[in-house]
This record gives sequence, C-alpha cells and structure tokens, in this order.
Amino acid sequence: MDKIATREAYGKALAEFGEQYDFVVLDADLAAATKTGIFKKKFPERFFDCGIAEANMTSVAAGLAAAGQVPFISSFAMFSAGRAFEQVRNSICYPHLNVKVVGTHAGITVGEDGATHQCDEDLALMRSLPGMVVINPSDAFETRAAVLAAIQYNGPMYLRFSRYATPNLTAEMPEYRFEIGRGVVMGEGSDVTIVACGYMVHLALEAREMLAAEGISARVINMHTVKPLDTELLIKAAEETGCVVTAEEHSVNGGLGEAVAGVLSEIHPVPVLRVGVEDRFGQSGKVPELLEIYGLTAAKIAERARAAIALKKK
Amino acid sequence: MEQARKQELAEIARKIRVGIIEGVYHAGCGHPGGSLGIADLMACLYFEEMKIDPSQPKMEGRDRFVLSKGHTAPALYATLANRGFFPVEELNTLRHTGSRLQGHPDMKHIPGVDMSTGSLGQGISAACGMALAAKISGAAYRTYAVLGDGESEEGQVWEAAMFAAHYKLDNLCAVLDWNGLQIDGPITEVMNPTPHDEKFRAFGWHVISIDGNDFDAIEAAFREARTVKGKPTVIIARTVKGKGVSYMENAVEWHGAAPKEEQYKVALRDLGEEA
Repeated sequence: MDKIATREAYGKALAEFGEQYDFVVLDADLAAATKTGIFKKKFPERFFDCGIAEANMTSVAAGLAAAGQVPFISSFAMFSAGRAFEQVRNSICYPHLNVKVVGTHAGITVGEDGATHQCDEDLALMRSLPGMVVINPSDAFETRAAVLAAIQYNGPMYLRFSRYATPNLTAEMPEYRFEIGRGVVMGEGSDVTIVACGYMVHLALEAREMLAAEGISARVINMHTVKPLDTELLIKAAEETGCVVTAEEHSVNGGLGEAVAGVLSEIHPVPVLRVGVEDRFGQSGKVPELLEIYGLTAAKIAERARAAIALKKK
Repeated sequence: MEQARKQELAEIARKIRVGIIEGVYHAGCGHPGGSLGIADLMACLYFEEMKIDPSQPKMEGRDRFVLSKGHTAPALYATLANRGFFPVEELNTLRHTGSRLQGHPDMKHIPGVDMSTGSLGQGISAACGMALAAKISGAAYRTYAVLGDGESEEGQVWEAAMFAAHYKLDNLCAVLDWNGLQIDGPITEVMNPTPHDEKFRAFGWHVISIDGNDFDAIEAAFREARTVKGKPTVIIARTVKGKGVSYMENAVEWHGAAPKEEQYKVALRDLGEEA
C-alpha cells in the first residue's frame, strides 16, 4: 500500500479543487513544508504569503472572510493553532467566519525538529472554541475528502495534518464516504472499541490484528472529526463492546480521548483508556524511535485494550 | 469645508458624544475617554467620507470600517445610531445583559459593524484582509480602520503594517488615534511607541499628521488618502482624550470609568444638553 503524508495530500487537494472552487490560500513562509506551494504554483494570483507573522495572517483571513472570500490559512500546528490561538478565537471563531485554519506537522511525528515544533496541544486548543469544527484525517484519501468538505462547509474549521507518511487505508474501502461529524468503522468487533484519529488510525488497525490473534475482537472507529463528535456511533460502540480505548498523536489532555471520555461518562459510562502523549514535551529523534518512546504504537493500543477489557469484567 | 457643513458635523459629533455619555452612564462602566476623543473623526467618516447605506448595512459595495481599538465601541455605536443603523434610544442598553450592544463591537448582531474587535492589534489585520479582498475581487470599496496609539504597542500592528505595504493596499486608510494616554499612564512613559510617523513611513506607508478634532484637517486628510496610489495611508490624528466633557479631557482616569449621576449631569451640560 502506498504511503503519503496528509500534508502532501492537502497541498494536492487545494491545487485540484482550486480549478472548480473559488478560494484563496495564505501561508506564513512555510509553503514548501505545508505543501501549499503546490497550489501556489498553479494559482499564484490566489496565494498570499504573509511572511513569518501568523497572528496577522489569522486576522487577515478573518477580514477576507468577512468580505466574502474563502481563505485557507496554513502553518505548522504549533503556530496556526498555538501561536495564533487568540486570533483564531477572537478574529475568526467569535464572529463565526468562514476561515479554514490548517495545522500541518502536528504531533511528535515532526521528528528531528524537536519539542518546539511538535504540537501535541492543538486539538485541545481548537476543540475548546465554540462553533469550531476540528478534523484530523488519517490518510491521503481521507484528506482529499476532508479538504473538499471544508471548501463546501460554511464556518470556521481546523484541519490537522501530519508531516509523516501514513498508509492510504481509506482509499481501499469501496464503501468509504467522508462526512463531517461521522466516524468511520474501519473494522467490526465486539470485545472492545478503539477510537482513533489521524496518524493513529492505521496503528489501531494493527492493534486489532494483534488482538485478533489472541481471540479478542476489537472494533476500530476512525474518528476523523474530533468536533463535533459522532456521539451516536460512540454510544452504540460503548453499548455493544462495553469498553473503549482512544488513540491520538496528541496529549492525553484535552484531545480525542477526553472528548470521548466526556461523552461516554455522561451518557453511557464504560471504561475509557487513553493512548496519547502523557503530559510531557516531545524531543528530537527519528520518528519510529519517538513513537516507541512516547507509547504511540500498535502494541501500546493492544495493551490498553486488554486492560480496558479487564476493567469491564470487574 | 463650508462653514455650514462644518457646523452640521459639529452638531453630529456633539450628538455622538451625548450618545457615548448616555451609553456609558447607563452601563455603569465602559470607555468614555477614547470614545469622546474620536467623535469628530467618526462623524467625518460616517457622515462625510464613507459610502454606506443604513438601510442596507451589508450592501456589497459599501466602504468597510473596523474599529481596531474596540473598547471605544460607545463612539461607534453612537455614530451608527445617529446615522440611522438602529434607534438612538438603544444606546442606553450598552453592555446590558441581552443587549446586542456588547462591550466590544460584535459584527454578528449589530447592524453596521463590519468586524468584531476588542482584542487589540487584530482589527487592523482584519482591515488588511478586507482591503485585500477588494483587490482580489476588483471591488471599488475602501476600508477604514481606527486604531489606538497605545494599541500600536501590540506587535501584530506592525505585522499588519508590513503586510499592507507589501500588498500595496492603497484602498486601506488607517487612522491612528493619538491621544497620548493609555490605561497605566502617558504612552511615552508606559511603553513608548513613538515616533509613529517615522515608523509607518519606514514600513512603506503614506503618512498624514493632523489635529484629529479639526473637521477641515480630517476631511482634507481623507481626501488626500484617496489620491495615494500603491501604498496604504495612515492618518496620525492628535486628539484630546475625553474631548467635550470638561473633567474628562486629557484625564487618564476616564479611560475606562463611568460617570456617577452628578458627573453625568455635568457631562451633559458640558455637551450642551439640558439635563
């Protein structure tokens, strides 16, 4: 199966849909890395580099949207969601303007650049904003669909992409259909549900195979939309499997795991165990080594799944 | 400017100032000082300079206005009300629970407000976005923004200054309200952001320095700004904070405080109203 980084798919999708749809793309001197450079090459008159000034870019986008343009603004997640958080909140979300905020290079799979550029907090930040839609696609095919949905959706949205390549799993699913706020069941199961997003989805499927070898049947939900959460699918899974493990390339604080735990604890309480970065900063290193160090692996997901099942039986 | 027109504008500015005092008094809080200072500028903008239609607040080709120093919302609201965007009586609901007249401008609910502002430094960037949108779509409207001198201590203001010059936003006219005071004291003592003229010029802007409480000077500056090509214009407008209310003039303590009943009566008398 081919492996493509979601940031690459993002740049390609912008260039592809730019032919049919009227939108503009802003970047903050990272077009080569965020891959908006692919769009820039094809539509230079609709691309605006803002220089290394993310706060201004974010509020400029609000002004563009207020005047009827549809802007995508791109930077590393650390800067688009982190540095410019208050601009996203006050300039974009408070007036509910039609701006697509994009964070590439999210999570620790940034690798060698280290902690300053590995944003493990963006889902928490963006999820906290009223009216903000938060989407973290798992692969290239899903990214293309998410970008199209973003173009067609009217309102503020945060899109989270990775630097590191992932297998293009959803492209192999004949029934696959992307809809904002609708999770995708990637594999059925009855003993435990693994709810994953972004980079962790393919690892959740690996964990499902490891568990299957032990006779454990794990359901895997690809929760590409972290907000609004697909509560219906989630509650059904909790009812049918009795326990849940979440997996995200993000801090365990404030991201997908807490979103899932929040919904289930209020509506259908079952054990929810979280896999993610455990309240600490990242570091420089090769991505496979960092994934091991921070416990973002299929083995860790499988281990938490066994633990969740054990809690269920108490 | 003709004498008669100047008198009309002076009367409009007086009514705007009365609206500011009414609003802040009935709210029991708010920002009267800076609001009173820009009343003459606001009168010129909404009654002389800008192409707007109160019966169509969202008219596509309208000129845009962004109050980057959003805390002087009472001035914007009083201007919009007197221009006919909503009833003047509504000014008394400023900052009340359930009122659409939020403490800082809210574009979602208040007719005539083009951008939600309040967090300093962001409005001028949003104004850049509106001006850029006109360049993209070929629209003829102009975008105006009023920002504070204290606000210019925000780094984002200079990011925006760089951006506006880089994209040659000659359809953007910023007004820097230079009253010399911010919450903690004189701007030159708190964190000196001067000289504004040299700084904006160095950033590639056309700079006009005026007395911001002089209608002739304001009108001439807006006229000059319209002729400038290839670069944005900033009008550095010297204003008197608290202008028109005797005890509020140049008094930093009236940046963000409401008058008590006796003070309210004095303020209205100062503004030529029968209390």
